[in-house]
Amino acid sequence: MLKLENITKSFNGTTILNNLSLEVKDNAILSIVGPSGAGKTTLLRSIAGLDRVDSGKFILDDKPFDPAEASDTERIIGVVFQDFNLFPHLTVMENVTLAPTMVLKQSKQQATDNAKKLLEQLELSSHADQYPFELSGGQKQRVAIARALAMQPKILCYDEPTSALDPSLRDAVADLILGLKKTGITQIVVTHDPDFAKKISDQLLEVKPINK
Amino acid sequence: MLHYISEILPSLLSGTVMTLKVFFWTLVASLPLGILVSLGRNSKFKPLSWILSFYIWVMRGTPLLLQLIFVFYGLPNMPFFHIVFERYDAALFAFILNYTAYFAEIFRGGFGAIGKGQFEGAQVLGLNYWQTIRKIVVPQVVKIVLPSIGNEVINLIKDSSLVYVIGLGDLLRAGNIASSRDVTLLPLVLVGVIYLLLTLVCTWALKYLEKHYSYYR
Repeated sequence: MLKLENITKSFNGTTILNNLSLEVKDNAILSIVGPSGAGKTTLLRSIAGLDRVDSGKFILDDKPFDPAEASDTERIIGVVFQDFNLFPHLTVMENVTLAPTMVLKQSKQQATDNAKKLLEQLELSSHADQYPFELSGGQKQRVAIARALAMQPKILCYDEPTSALDPSLRDAVADLILGLKKTGITQIVVTHDPDFAKKISDQLLEVKPINK
Repeated sequence: MLHYISEILPSLLSGTVMTLKVFFWTLVASLPLGILVSLGRNSKFKPLSWILSFYIWVMRGTPLLLQLIFVFYGLPNMPFFHIVFERYDAALFAFILNYTAYFAEIFRGGFGAIGKGQFEGAQVLGLNYWQTIRKIVVPQVVKIVLPSIGNEVINLIKDSSLVYVIGLGDLLRAGNIASSRDVTLLPLVLVGVIYLLLTLVCTWALKYLEKHYSYYR
């Protein structure tokens, strides 16, 4: 279980997150919804350790942790970025195996075997040797998910998973996220799309811009 | 005429070897140094960034010819410490310092073209700074900077002729000696042809490299 207690974060004197607390149960899907500028992405980035919060506590399974400090081998949070941030010079397979070999020190063979399983699960097997520029948006997103899952995170975060895709893919993304739930992973989804959020989530958090 | 050419060719070719030695070692040293200097210049540790900016400013702001003269004739005559270089070492030292500065600026542009997303993508996967630079950033930067590097590489072949000023026997010097000794321009025409061949090979090599890196967009 991931708990956030009294998280506060401001940029240049503007408070973005004010004393925010929340709880995500294991294996649940939490959606964070709200208009742009409400701090959804900031919250996600703080959980992922990309931004440092000003004050507040993160607690995972009753132990406090600092996402921005988490030592490299204890990466417990995976991120699927809005525009995926795949590595364009690496094949799909290399994108997925790079971090497991370099960070988790898996052997090349072991990392490749794991990656094959993930790619199969995400229907990407036939694209293993392609480069990101050869893939469609939906395929890129699934590569980004495979890349994050290869690090065996406890929690997977998505930043606006529907916004960079064709609207017709919205349901496919929802099915994908619901499908991953069966593997036991906890998921946090930032979205501006309330219908999408309702469809997938066990828990819903609405954030609003803070009025000055 | 053919007989004359065959007579002077050995000295021109041994000059070519010197030209290639200066070219090769300058390239081998200043490309990686250029990457390090450009990283240092972007460093958050300000004094390092200032020192490197100053270094680049001096190296790009003064003629390479002057730098060569200064390294060979100036450094041994400094008031408190004397640094004496052999001719060849002096040439390499000056060329490496100069070309590192140019390469650093080219790489700085290349690093700037890598989006923040690539760094964040690597960070959330747990890659540390050097792993990110080595595996994610540099391979992409190389593709971006290749055309500009190519320009400098071709410049370097021709710039290497400046070493004549400190009395090093390179290709141009060999041609010059033959030309004034035999009172003919033919050696200098040959020198021009050899430079053209050298730059042609470089152009091909660079084209091949650019093609090699076109496997992704």
